[in-house]
Amino acid sequence: MTNDSMARHHHDLGHGQDAHGHGHDHPHHPDHDHHHHHPHGPQPSGPRKQWRSLEEMALEERFEELLRRDYPKQAAALEQSGLDRRTFLKLMGASLALTGLTGCATRPPTEPIIPYVRTPEEVIPGRPIYFASAMSLGGFATGVLIETHEGRPTRIDGNPRHPASLGASDVTMQASILELYNPDRSIDVRNNDNLATWEAFRDALDAALAALPADGAGLAVLTERVNSPTLARQLDALLAARPAATWYQYEPVGDEAILAGTSIAFGEPLTPVYRMAAADVIVSLDADFLTGMPGSLRYAREFADRRRVRMIGGQTTMNRLYAVESTPTSVGAMADHRLPLAPSQIELFARALAQALGVGAGAAAVGLWDAAFFNTVVADLQEHSGNSLVIAGRGQPPAVQALAHAINAKLGNVGRTVVYTRSFPAAPANPGSLPDLVQAMNSGAVRALVILGGNPAYTAPADIGFATALSQVPFSVHLSPYNDETSARCTWHVPQTHYIEEWSDAVAYDGTVSIVQPPIGPLYADVRSPIEMMALLLGDTRSSYEIVRETWQATYDGDNFENYWHQALHNGVIGNAGVFVEATLRDDLSAALPPVTMTAAGLEVVFQPDANLFDGRFAGNSWLLELPNPISKLSWDNAVLISPNTALQLGVQNESEVEIIYAGRTLRGPVWIQPGQADNVITLNLGYGRERGASVGQGVGFNAYAIRTAIAPWYGSGAQVRATGGTLQLATTQRRYDAELNYPVRVATLEKFMERPNFVDDKVHRQEIMLFPDFPYEDYKWGMAIDLNTCVGCNACVIACQTENNIPTVGKSQVRLGREMYWIRLDRYYEGSLENPQTYFQPVPCMHCETAPCELVCPVQATVHSSEGLNQMVYNRCVGTRYCSANCPYGVRRFNFMDYIDTTPILQEVRNPDVSVRAQGIMEKCSFCVQRISAARIAAKKEGRRIQDGEVQPACAVACPTQAIVFGDMNDRNSWVNSLKAQPQNYALMGDIQTKPRTTYLARLTNPHEALDQSKS
Amino acid sequence: MLSDDIRDPAIRTGTPSTRPGWLTPSWVMDRVGELVLTSKTPLWWWVCLALSFAMLGAFGFILTNIVQQGVGLWAFNIPVIWGVDITNFVFWIGIGHAGTLISAVLLLFRQTWRTSLSRFAESMTLFALAVAGLFPIFHLGRPWLALWLVPYPNTLGLNPQWRSPLVWDVFAISTYLLVSAPFWYMALLPDMAAMRDKAKNPVVRGAFAALCLGWRGDHSHWERYHTASFLLAAIGTPLVISVHSIVGLDFAVSIISGWHQTVFPPYFVAGAVFSGLAMVLVMAVPLRSAFKLQSLITMDHLENAAKLMLVTGLLVGYGYLMEAFAPYYAGHKEEVALFNDRVAGFYAPYFWSMVVANVAFSQLLWFRPVRRNPVLLVLISLVILVGMWLERFVIIVTSLYAHRLTSMWNPSVPGVWDIATIFAPFGLFLTLMFLFIRLLPLLPIHEVQEVIAEGHD
Repeated sequence: MTNDSMARHHHDLGHGQDAHGHGHDHPHHPDHDHHHHHPHGPQPSGPRKQWRSLEEMALEERFEELLRRDYPKQAAALEQSGLDRRTFLKLMGASLALTGLTGCATRPPTEPIIPYVRTPEEVIPGRPIYFASAMSLGGFATGVLIETHEGRPTRIDGNPRHPASLGASDVTMQASILELYNPDRSIDVRNNDNLATWEAFRDALDAALAALPADGAGLAVLTERVNSPTLARQLDALLAARPAATWYQYEPVGDEAILAGTSIAFGEPLTPVYRMAAADVIVSLDADFLTGMPGSLRYAREFADRRRVRMIGGQTTMNRLYAVESTPTSVGAMADHRLPLAPSQIELFARALAQALGVGAGAAAVGLWDAAFFNTVVADLQEHSGNSLVIAGRGQPPAVQALAHAINAKLGNVGRTVVYTRSFPAAPANPGSLPDLVQAMNSGAVRALVILGGNPAYTAPADIGFATALSQVPFSVHLSPYNDETSARCTWHVPQTHYIEEWSDAVAYDGTVSIVQPPIGPLYADVRSPIEMMALLLGDTRSSYEIVRETWQATYDGDNFENYWHQALHNGVIGNAGVFVEATLRDDLSAALPPVTMTAAGLEVVFQPDANLFDGRFAGNSWLLELPNPISKLSWDNAVLISPNTALQLGVQNESEVEIIYAGRTLRGPVWIQPGQADNVITLNLGYGRERGASVGQGVGFNAYAIRTAIAPWYGSGAQVRATGGTLQLATTQRRYDAELNYPVRVATLEKFMERPNFVDDKVHRQEIMLFPDFPYEDYKWGMAIDLNTCVGCNACVIACQTENNIPTVGKSQVRLGREMYWIRLDRYYEGSLENPQTYFQPVPCMHCETAPCELVCPVQATVHSSEGLNQMVYNRCVGTRYCSANCPYGVRRFNFMDYIDTTPILQEVRNPDVSVRAQGIMEKCSFCVQRISAARIAAKKEGRRIQDGEVQPACAVACPTQAIVFGDMNDRNSWVNSLKAQPQNYALMGDIQTKPRTTYLARLTNPHEALDQSKS
Repeated sequence: MLSDDIRDPAIRTGTPSTRPGWLTPSWVMDRVGELVLTSKTPLWWWVCLALSFAMLGAFGFILTNIVQQGVGLWAFNIPVIWGVDITNFVFWIGIGHAGTLISAVLLLFRQTWRTSLSRFAESMTLFALAVAGLFPIFHLGRPWLALWLVPYPNTLGLNPQWRSPLVWDVFAISTYLLVSAPFWYMALLPDMAAMRDKAKNPVVRGAFAALCLGWRGDHSHWERYHTASFLLAAIGTPLVISVHSIVGLDFAVSIISGWHQTVFPPYFVAGAVFSGLAMVLVMAVPLRSAFKLQSLITMDHLENAAKLMLVTGLLVGYGYLMEAFAPYYAGHKEEVALFNDRVAGFYAPYFWSMVVANVAFSQLLWFRPVRRNPVLLVLISLVILVGMWLERFVIIVTSLYAHRLTSMWNPSVPGVWDIATIFAPFGLFLTLMFLFIRLLPLLPIHEVQEVIAEGHD
């Protein structure tokens, strides 16, 4: 059909009854319509229904629908502006044409930003530039380096100059880049969930504020844990200007118990900062200081530094770690002695420990634990007075926190293994808590509520009725990156900037401050940062850049602020590191100690932040959803974790659906049996079961907040669990955990290792028969060594690899089939009893075997050996026989069984331009980050030198907090990797099959106390 | 016996034999020729062809989806990267082996009883090869690039990777096809010439005239024919051993526990012939009954095939024994663990079904009454076909899923697409088979005539 006949056709249809067929008996001249039409102009009320141009289309009612659907922002503007449609369409036509000019989605901010390595003048297409910034999580900042390609951020790594990172990263930091490009991000201002504009919101806010008394009564601000000095300053200013206004703070994974503990012990809320490097003996009371605490990256590094045994040219001693915990964490996995205890028992254990060490005069606590373990802990702590450390986890009640500080003080550890810093930022006034806010809302005292970030409608304790109370507030605005559960209950929603898009400042766990500088301007026009929202409340018209600068100009006492600022932006750290204070233990501690609160009744419940989703804020992040939990190996789900014994008692197995009845509420979820879990304890990970604003994460898992109470946010007792008889499917990436078949992880005690340094060869039938001589690598010879003794199983390498190498996520059903695409995976093995097994982690990338079995069987030479020893995949040549994968004894090859490429346009932005995206039917695997090797080779060649040791680091090695992964040139005698490979505990995984892997492992060592050394009894 | 043909002299005299000496050459010509040249096509043929064609359609649908959506439709995972695809490949290649054995090896050994079965078995070889050949192509992640496994001059200057057994496979299969097809076609020449001479319908006559390539039955024709068939038989005979040995090497060359076995090549050959004979019986018994060919495909033919099946069945059983013996003898921990898992692990039901089907059921063939009971033979053969399919599945999947690294263990359970892919290839095979039995002489007329003539000497 031509256009004309089409028009005719429409015309006839439009006329309906008066059209007696078309063509022969009712011919239309092509110009007939045209002629008939134009002189009279558009006739909205006329009978004509056809349209031939945008002008006519504007008359259609359907047009509005179309406009709303395809151009929501313009639709809102149209409604607000009162422009007639014709003018509007002209403008829109122009703006559509201009989109072609701007093209890229990313643009630099207007303010001057300072790159980490090179100055902007040196922008070279194809060469990334790095910017230092900081990412906050739960109110604690970690320094980051943002990698940008031609202005487009693609990758986040740790900032080596930042004390909380030291160059390392964790899974959320790595995955936060995906949050920037998350297609779920909210981009529009909304009023009662209808599209609105920023201007409309500003007017509404002004009106709401104008309706309040001048002292601000009725105005409330709810923030997350504030760790921005500028934001704190703004809050201060607001409360000064409007003294009756109120400020509340809520962090679902917060540090209230820690501050309460230091308040009891020292009389003021202080934040402890640990010095792992100085501790010979560490006792963890349910504290996952290796992966789950602010400062974990640094703690893990310092901890690992004390466990790295190097018989050749290094230390030959190790620290000793005792872990008392309810649910297995990486601390339990790394511990030399681990005691699984229910939460109520841990409190008793802490009290007993304090008493045995001469602190806290209360009645002798008696618990059900192994006396030998207890006595050894006491003796070991006493023996290492001044060099020991007791850490209480974030969830432990204030009494336990206080006792831990008291023990450290008593043992002389304070100032040596633990120091204290003032809880930062110095609060303008103590913020109210979330229950306080609910009370105020219910009483009608809150007339206007400004929520800056967070998602309290989802994360609030179930027993305070936050969501209902929120609905009663006449004016409420939620600043949030997602149009989520809280936004739905507020009258207004304003989209929030990603930290990559905003100017701010942020304090780390130890008080170090970083300037948050944006390498790009906001991706979307209407997004605002909390600082900008506060500026709006304050009537401050300056940009956030100016406001942040002002904060630091005020504290600067030198004469060259520009230089100071420049340095701060470049280095990612401003001013001096945190200031530590003298902490003196209160004399009457035992009197100040709260009584034992938890009673052991029924099953005990543990709520813990999820290793990937944290408090649920990352539930829209497919990388983190798919990333298997390092301990449970579950992907795409949380589960009701219970011990094997409890499962037996309840008559349930993996994937059985159970109903939990706790504190008057019920929750359903699938069971996952977790070896090492304390009996009669169920552990629930927070962050799942989202309902809004996280399209990939909605309906994934269950919402544990639904039974979490404000009084007992972390532990509770008296839960009942019954099987419903149903089954809920879970996806796991590891189905067996025994490691006795060929000893992938070799383990020895430190003592045994000293006696027999070559123990790694004991269980292996090693023979070297080769028909051909080894290939002489004359230039570079790349190799990797992974120290299993320092790998804490944090998963950072896995996700760092995913971001670097454009690895797709495949979804739950594909993971269930076993088709996850990780190039480096984290294997987890158990040894010993299921009640309390020894846990071992083993990151497994490609081994780059010298005699690679995969290369032999590929029929088309798609996987070949490079002259530098890499086993390389030639994607274009791969036909997909998959034989290479079958013949790989390490199972590291990954196949694109289906088309896994996500073609969502915005998600293309996150891809690393140096790594190709793989199509359906192609094999892929770890390349040792060959793109980085190439970049370094080019740089070295230009300068006429060899690549220096450490110049090339694959993404996994960079991310690793404990430097367990070391990469380098094996032809360089002095390389770091060679120093590891020279150690006697270096071994090849399944070396007996003569694959000659280039990736080797350093055995896992333990340092048991002789009184508890089971290998001796 | 399914039905008796009273015109059949063998039945009349009650002394059936593989040397139907009392048949006359002209009777054979009439009997077999009539099947081709009759204008009356039996209704059952149409029904069977329609069903087969429907299955072929399903097969086409499956393969189209596999190409479009990826081999992930099959229940593969890491580490079970092969399953129903390669199982089918090995199975169908194996089916073909009986044909070559009967037509080539037995020709060289001057086993004249082979003649009645040879055409039929050879056709089966070709059709099974046609099915088998599809799987190495369609199992690829990117089947449109299958050409890269073939050495051809290209601008990249790249050859295949000669050390890969998959490349040897390409040569093994293509050689097999290149020898089997001419061998089959050449044996058809005299018969098609006879059809040309007998056909009344000018179209049929013209078609056969074209197909028989001007065969006139000259002495020189016959002389060259005999030389050529012995030459092709001589080339074909090693192929019976080599093709499936190389298929065996596909697995044995790898370093996978359960695959890395020296016994594989001979064991695969025995298994191939075993399953091929079973397929011959499954096809031959109903056909001889349907076309009333009991006098040409006699009880003795069936019994001989059954005897061969018993022998190869025992060899297969020996192979299983060696698979058990080798790991324990070598004392290799991983191999022992794999074997233990095979007999008692996730796939143990598959393993034991395979042992019962292939080893236990074939023992029934020790008994003469069983060997001479066509119904029982068909039933046993069907069981053996299932068993042999399972054998390949067990070898492939149990070895892959029970990875050396226990962390990688991951069973793969066949899904809808897998199960459909097991049955759908029969559509192609049967469609070709039914077209063959209607359009071409089912038996090598001239060879049977020759045997009859020699029998009168």
